[in-house]
Amino acid sequence: MLPLTNITRRRLLASAGVGAAAVGLGGGGFLAGHQAADASDEGTGSVPFYGEHQAGIGTAAQDRLHFAAFDLLSEDPAELRELMRLWTVAAAEASTGEMVGDVNHVPLAPPEDTGETVGLLASRLTVTFGFGPSLFEKPGLGLAGKRPAALQPLPPLPGDELAPGESGGDICVQACSDDPQVAFHAVRNLARIGRGIVAVRWSQLGFGRTASTSRSQDTPRNLMGMKDGTANIRAEDSEDMDRFVWVGGEGPDWMRGGTYMVTRRIRMLLEVWDRASLQDQERTIGRHKYSGAPLGGSEEFEPLPLDAERSGHPVIPPDAHVRLASAKENDGARILRRGYSFTDGVDESLGELEAGLFFISFQRHPEQFVAIQRRLGSLDALNEYIKHVGSALFAVPPGAPPGGYVGEGLLA
Amino acid sequence: MHRNLVRTLLCLGAFGLLTLTAAACGSSDETTTIEGEVEGQTSPRVEAVIAEYRDYLQQNADELVATTEPFVAAVVAGNLVEAKELYVAPRIPYERIEPVADSFGSLDPRIDARETDVAAGDFEGFHRIEKALWEEGTTKGMAPVAEQLERDVEALAEKVKGVELQPVQIAEGANGLLGEVSASKITGEEERYSHIDLVDFEANVEGSEAAFEAVKPLLDESNADLSGEIEADFKMVFNSLEPYRTADGFVSYTELTKADTKELAVAIDTLAEKLSQVPAEIASSEHS
Repeated sequence: MLPLTNITRRRLLASAGVGAAAVGLGGGGFLAGHQAADASDEGTGSVPFYGEHQAGIGTAAQDRLHFAAFDLLSEDPAELRELMRLWTVAAAEASTGEMVGDVNHVPLAPPEDTGETVGLLASRLTVTFGFGPSLFEKPGLGLAGKRPAALQPLPPLPGDELAPGESGGDICVQACSDDPQVAFHAVRNLARIGRGIVAVRWSQLGFGRTASTSRSQDTPRNLMGMKDGTANIRAEDSEDMDRFVWVGGEGPDWMRGGTYMVTRRIRMLLEVWDRASLQDQERTIGRHKYSGAPLGGSEEFEPLPLDAERSGHPVIPPDAHVRLASAKENDGARILRRGYSFTDGVDESLGELEAGLFFISFQRHPEQFVAIQRRLGSLDALNEYIKHVGSALFAVPPGAPPGGYVGEGLLA
Repeated sequence: MHRNLVRTLLCLGAFGLLTLTAAACGSSDETTTIEGEVEGQTSPRVEAVIAEYRDYLQQNADELVATTEPFVAAVVAGNLVEAKELYVAPRIPYERIEPVADSFGSLDPRIDARETDVAAGDFEGFHRIEKALWEEGTTKGMAPVAEQLERDVEALAEKVKGVELQPVQIAEGANGLLGEVSASKITGEEERYSHIDLVDFEANVEGSEAAFEAVKPLLDESNADLSGEIEADFKMVFNSLEPYRTADGFVSYTELTKADTKELAVAIDTLAEKLSQVPAEIASSEHS
């Protein structure tokens, strides 16, 4: 293990200065925040970083993702506090399209901002932070007493073939943007700011959203060519968001207005899928491939005819993905999905494309995901074509007000 | 290779150590000009910094010559076993002062190029002989290469005597040495036949620390906190190497796991991020 290190004086000064400026800029924005999932400024606009909830959850899903899970190298609570303070300031700067830091024009000093987004727009960048269960198991941090009862490592689930190097993590950063370079820049600069305190454990690029989180967005297709997330919770449905996504009075207090994030790296066996007949593909999912309508229907947003039968057989097969994932078959439980398609080159041992879905879901309690995945993992016809190879769970604290920092309720 | 240091040296050379214009060096589109200290008006504290580091350079250049001689003799005599034993000793002083050697044009590639750094016919120096000893298992054909190596390290030691340095360059050399660790030692590319990469790793860090210690009095004036953190981080990096130390050096690079190299790389990155702030800090200190 590395001994404790300190963050340099320059960074402390920089954060103090910029933090003060941010208070001025964000005035009045705290409660208004970014609750509205507006996709009207798609591609260019900026999404407020500060607010009641963290951005990147109920805000409209952008096209690109760079996700990173970090291991904490230090067990000094003061260092973790300082890290979250600096990360908050940097994430807020990046979200407005500004350069990170203030030492960027000294010829003999390395610029604080790495520079690859100079001249690019904010591109709706959102940066979302979460804390993994392992963070609460570090004695030096003294956080055990504040650990939410809900934050237990996900249990082994049917169909898991998890690689430890692609799972877990003490802290996560989800950076989403309509420009992949903007998302990458956010993660890269946060990793650099955290050097010596955190190290990247694993990271994932996502190249296309596979879910809509707003009514203003069309339903995208995943790499199987299927519309994914038709029945997703939409941010406009604030009752559903409050009921299924945001932590409420059940607490702990520092999580109120926060949520729990599950990530699953799901490898798709695309070669096998591509050889399945159109009818098999549609029966596997339970939807028509091109319209996205439930089997037997003609409109994407028609309710699922779960009880309909034809010739004595259910129209939606018992093992169809949409049936097993539906709220009706899961005691009403729903989750907010916000995943991305990925590809990471070639599986060298198979000579096949390494590609799939980086599944992200937000829910008020991790059990919502666990219950659904228990059924899917053991019964879903889709299992023939997918493998869950990475998994992580994070407690996502509420948003920060201007001048505060994400996680302040936990760490202060 | 130390492109940054070379560029800095070239710029300083062109401006006669008087004025370093960032724009002219292509490092920035700003028009900021850094006033360097005028040669001949160097303050005693800056002179002390330069003198300390020049001593270090000279000691290591002398050690390089002294340890290369017996190595070359063993290669010329065709003594494979002895040559492999004696290969390690000259690598250490060389790796401690490599950025300076790098500034003398063709000497560094002649002495230290890896096979993939140069055109096919130009592969010579330490690593050509390393390849013969470990991969080909022979000294055959290496006598002229070894003799040329000896002449080159002697030429290097001679040039070191006249080298002109300023504190900012010394501090940039400290960064450059850690860049070497990140680029080729932690990856096992430098000593790809003998796998003594951790020996080079330690020598690079020792050289970096010596350069840092030389400029430290200047940094103490401008940013004592940073200075203290860097000192602690050097200790942390040396400590992270300890598990791999053996009676006569270090374990082979091939024995390291991915987790081992990750921990070493994280330690280096932690130190290097802070060390990279030193040139700008001492530039301000020199003028305060």
